[in-house]
Amino acid sequence: MSQWLQQVIKRGQAIDDWLSPLRVEALKALSKTDWPNRRVENWKYTSLAPLEALELSAASPAEKAVIESIEGLNSLDLLFVDGQLQNDLSLLSLSKGLHISSFQNASVKQQNVANTLFAKIKPQRHLFGLVNDALAEDGLIIDIDADCQIEQPIRVVNLSSDGQESHHRILVRLGKNAKATVIEQGQGEQPSLSTSFAEYEIGEQACLEHYRMAMHTDQALHIGGCHFSLLQEAKLNSTLIAYGSQLSRMDIDIIHNGEHANAKFNAVYLLGESEQFDLHSTIEHVVPNGTTEENARGIMGDKAKAVFNGRIHIHRDAQKTLAQLNNRNLLLSRRGQINTKPELEIYADDVQCAHGATVAETEEETLYYLRSRGISRSQALVMLNFGFIQELVNQMPNQQLAQWLKPQLKSRFVEMEVK
Amino acid sequence: MLKIQNLHASVEEKNILNGLNLEIKPGEVHVIMGPNGAGKSTLGYILSGREGYQVTEGKVDFMGEDLLEMKVEDRARKGLFLAFQYPVEIPGVSNMAFMKESVNAIREQRGETPLTAAEFLKKAKAASKQVQLPLDFLKRGVNEGFSGGEKKRNEIMQMILLEPTLCILDESDSGLDIDALQEVANGVNSQRDGKRSFIVITHYQRLLDYIKPDHVHILANGKVVKSGDASLALDIEKEGYVFLGQDNDEENNT
Repeated sequence: MSQWLQQVIKRGQAIDDWLSPLRVEALKALSKTDWPNRRVENWKYTSLAPLEALELSAASPAEKAVIESIEGLNSLDLLFVDGQLQNDLSLLSLSKGLHISSFQNASVKQQNVANTLFAKIKPQRHLFGLVNDALAEDGLIIDIDADCQIEQPIRVVNLSSDGQESHHRILVRLGKNAKATVIEQGQGEQPSLSTSFAEYEIGEQACLEHYRMAMHTDQALHIGGCHFSLLQEAKLNSTLIAYGSQLSRMDIDIIHNGEHANAKFNAVYLLGESEQFDLHSTIEHVVPNGTTEENARGIMGDKAKAVFNGRIHIHRDAQKTLAQLNNRNLLLSRRGQINTKPELEIYADDVQCAHGATVAETEEETLYYLRSRGISRSQALVMLNFGFIQELVNQMPNQQLAQWLKPQLKSRFVEMEVK
Repeated sequence: MLKIQNLHASVEEKNILNGLNLEIKPGEVHVIMGPNGAGKSTLGYILSGREGYQVTEGKVDFMGEDLLEMKVEDRARKGLFLAFQYPVEIPGVSNMAFMKESVNAIREQRGETPLTAAEFLKKAKAASKQVQLPLDFLKRGVNEGFSGGEKKRNEIMQMILLEPTLCILDESDSGLDIDALQEVANGVNSQRDGKRSFIVITHYQRLLDYIKPDHVHILANGKVVKSGDASLALDIEKEGYVFLGQDNDEENNT
């Protein structure tokens, strides 16, 4: 038992709120958990040393943070700073059938919704998910009534500021035949630690468009996850955009609990300098007739290090499953690193599955050709490689968000090469 | 414009150039011939700045500046252009986007405003017509699936668009049928304006039926062993390189 975990347990036990009964399981599990080292498969390539070495001393309170709105998106913006909600939810005028409350102000009805979601979709094996169970004091409960199509995207931003530790949670339920778009955006660069986990129940025939933008860089340590339960004929279209920091980790779980559900998950990661990013995804096909398509692509510059572990688990009863998993990586330098491991675990005999992973380097010959025409090395790299990730960005159903994202990804790409 | 003095260069510890001297004045067309392995392509690569070559001795002055100190892209921006013997294929990058980027990078260096998409398209159309390359080649990936002749025309088209001061053509005539050869030669001749200079690297005299050189040099074992006018190329065509003697080894041109 590490000192760090002991502290978490002590703090979790001290919290006394309506979520306390829900935290008990996590606290119990944490007390039995060993601090992961490199021999633990789940953390084989990612060191927790930056977390252990982290000494946080909160700087003076940040100036009042504001979120930049995204042009043309017209989203409902909700801002958390260091895990604390900044909006007054009572002032929001919400579409009919959409209910949003914070943990702090949840009505009994909302608490009951939370009870059905909190730690119910997210599997117990995620250590920092348990930490989040124990310590998340604020968060959102988003509940969408059956047959309600919410057109306005719901955007939840969490900013991590200097010296702060925060644990933040989102619980979302889409009723039968409901439709919604949820954007989770996390940012920070100063020394900080944030965990941010989200659980989604997508009801029968409901449709969720989801984005997670893990844009933590530099010294902002971030560990998070998105966990989806798909009921009968539910549809999920999710895109993850990730940068890297000293410690950055995302766990994704997509669980087909109802037949004929359809999940599409795309991930893009862009890392430079000595940043690292670790993506673990698990797709569970529990029942027959599910479809999953997963595409993850990353570019690593300089000494950056990425980990991709994508697992598709097809249970014995999950006949007629269609599942595809593909991971492509591009290393811009010899010192960059990618550890990729696509895994298929199939116990049903009538399924169609494919998986693959590739790692490529930029060809000097091609670079030379472009440079010999006056194009700078960094511009040539953008021309050669940006299309590789742009293809996934273009697949985002929300084009306003894609348009906002592209120049940012491009300038990050240029910076990470030039530095 | 270009002055190469006593240039020695090696690749992987193998000497390729052994004291090469060459001076090119504005408006001149120089032809370089020579047996395989003489160092002809290496000269083109070293002038354009390709990595992997070590210059061990000598200097190269281009427009009053030390060429060997410049980055590849800066040489291009200063007006040096190499038409590749084997242009690379770049799937996923459109020929049009590539050339526009390239033209604008060079315009920026000259202090000119970048061309808009429409302005560029107009120029590109004219250039593609000049080298007889159908317009839809602009929309394809750079050289992607182009035949040998189409790649060479694409190189000449870039040359026309970039308006360089010194053009180096590395075997732009090899692998071409007679029609393509004429079109490539026409592309080159159309760019002769009395100021722009050319280094034409070739194996065959036949190109010189269409491009009239001011000087012909024979390169062997990494240096210029003989220089003369157009008639020298005719002699070579007739008699080959026998006069070079025994030490002309079998190295392959890469």
